[in-house]
Amino acid sequence: MSCCVTPPAWQGWLWSGALIFAAVNFGLGVAAFLSWVERKQSALLQDRIGANRAEIFGFRALGLFHIFSDAIKMLTKEDFAPPAGLRPWHSLAPIVSMGCAALCLAALPFGDSVEFLGRSWSLTPLPLEYGVVFVLALLSIGVHGVVMAGRSSGSNYGLLGGLRGAAQMISYEVAMLAILAAPLYIYGTLDLSEIARWQARTWHGIPMWGIFLQPLAFILFMTAGAAETKRAPFDLPEGEAEIVGYFVEYSGMKFGMFLTTDFIESIVLAGMATTLFLGGWHVPGLSALGLPSLVAALLGVGAFILKVMTVLWVLMQVRWTLPRFRFDQLLDLGWKNILPLALANLLVTVWAAALLS
Amino acid sequence: MNPVLDKHRVKTVVRPEMRFQEQVYLIEVWKGLLITSRHFFVNLWRHCMKALGQDAAAASVTTQYPEDPQVTAHRSRTRHRLLKREDGTPRCVACMLCETVCPAKCIYIKAEESPDVMIEKRAKTFKIDLGMCVFCGYCVEACPEDAIRMDTQYIQFPGSTRADLIWDMPELMGDRPKIPSLTPSKDPLSRP
Repeated sequence: MSCCVTPPAWQGWLWSGALIFAAVNFGLGVAAFLSWVERKQSALLQDRIGANRAEIFGFRALGLFHIFSDAIKMLTKEDFAPPAGLRPWHSLAPIVSMGCAALCLAALPFGDSVEFLGRSWSLTPLPLEYGVVFVLALLSIGVHGVVMAGRSSGSNYGLLGGLRGAAQMISYEVAMLAILAAPLYIYGTLDLSEIARWQARTWHGIPMWGIFLQPLAFILFMTAGAAETKRAPFDLPEGEAEIVGYFVEYSGMKFGMFLTTDFIESIVLAGMATTLFLGGWHVPGLSALGLPSLVAALLGVGAFILKVMTVLWVLMQVRWTLPRFRFDQLLDLGWKNILPLALANLLVTVWAAALLS
Repeated sequence: MNPVLDKHRVKTVVRPEMRFQEQVYLIEVWKGLLITSRHFFVNLWRHCMKALGQDAAAASVTTQYPEDPQVTAHRSRTRHRLLKREDGTPRCVACMLCETVCPAKCIYIKAEESPDVMIEKRAKTFKIDLGMCVFCGYCVEACPEDAIRMDTQYIQFPGSTRADLIWDMPELMGDRPKIPSLTPSKDPLSRP
């Protein structure tokens, strides 16, 4: 970090640890909230009301208490492991899946550095110089959870679901890297907070956010991201109701962990989209007001979370609008359409950058 | 065209070719998002207006069933009722047409001699097993005396036993309320 005086090691560790704790808990909280958002949003756009029966002392709070009743239900259900399966791996799979997704949250830059107690404190829980690679690597380690779940279930349906998941996630990882190459070439860094800081620049008053510089990359990123995080319309590894997925042999909270993984991965995707394309914590025109560093940083954190929530809303909206792809369509889209488009985008970007400089 | 297929008048439905705009798919995605977003925001607005006590159109088609009464169409076939003549005697002449036509075989009639010589027969017992009834309305159509109708708009008949679902003549005529037993039978599958 070139911009700030690094705090002494133990303070840095403490601060970083506290922030990681906060980030992971933020992710878990939002994931629980998303289960409510998913129900209510789908209900609204299908002219329904949605779950509203759980009540505490006569209060229903728009069905928000269903979050608690869901958690209680999952925690008190029988934790069944199939006798034909591999018990330790069966238990490890949801941990790997969810752990990798939750750790990604720690690399997101939630806000700018704060000047406090005479030092500069980074609001990125894990201020890494290779944050993009970190997140992508953890997301791809998450594939192991899926494959592990499918293999250790002792069920052919689970195994096939796991294989579908592996094929899909590995295909889209390739595409994802090709897509991100172009914006990263412009930013010239892999540090997520530096990327967010880069987008504070303006061009004739227009903020130079990634979405304006790389609109094609943004669309491709959201598509590939939805596919890599197994969200609809690309939820073929799961397909709860129709094509049985990799967690068919899971029950109780282990199943709940897979569900939570999906929501956390959505948050990671939304956070990455915000950081890479939507200017991170920046609010256009806020820096001109000359607010104190602490207030500006807190507003920035609020702006970041608001942007993440907006992207999550769009992801949900897409999820409830589009029908699921067929598997061959999915792989065709990844290899034959997104990957060439991403490579072409990279070529054009490099060419344009060479012309402009 | 296939002459063999033409000869047998087989209709082949040609799949519409996708235009370029549809093949790109992104425009179609955008159109779909516009539709779902319109529903989302219109319904959200209506919910908010309702919460503020304003008069707004219904934001959902859901009926909150136990709180709100169920809505049945005027002509829907609901629980049966037996009609009476003007002097209060049942109109049923025990002709057995309804019992004969019933596809679910859920009507049980026992006939007896009527004191009125012009009527000849009347029903001694007239039972309908609503647990088996398929609500087809054939009994109403078959009845030559207009003695049975399915227009009560009444579709709730809870019971703990199978016997609770069998309605007797006074109950179908409205002379006696049907009171379901509160204790479930020991063997729920036992036939009464």
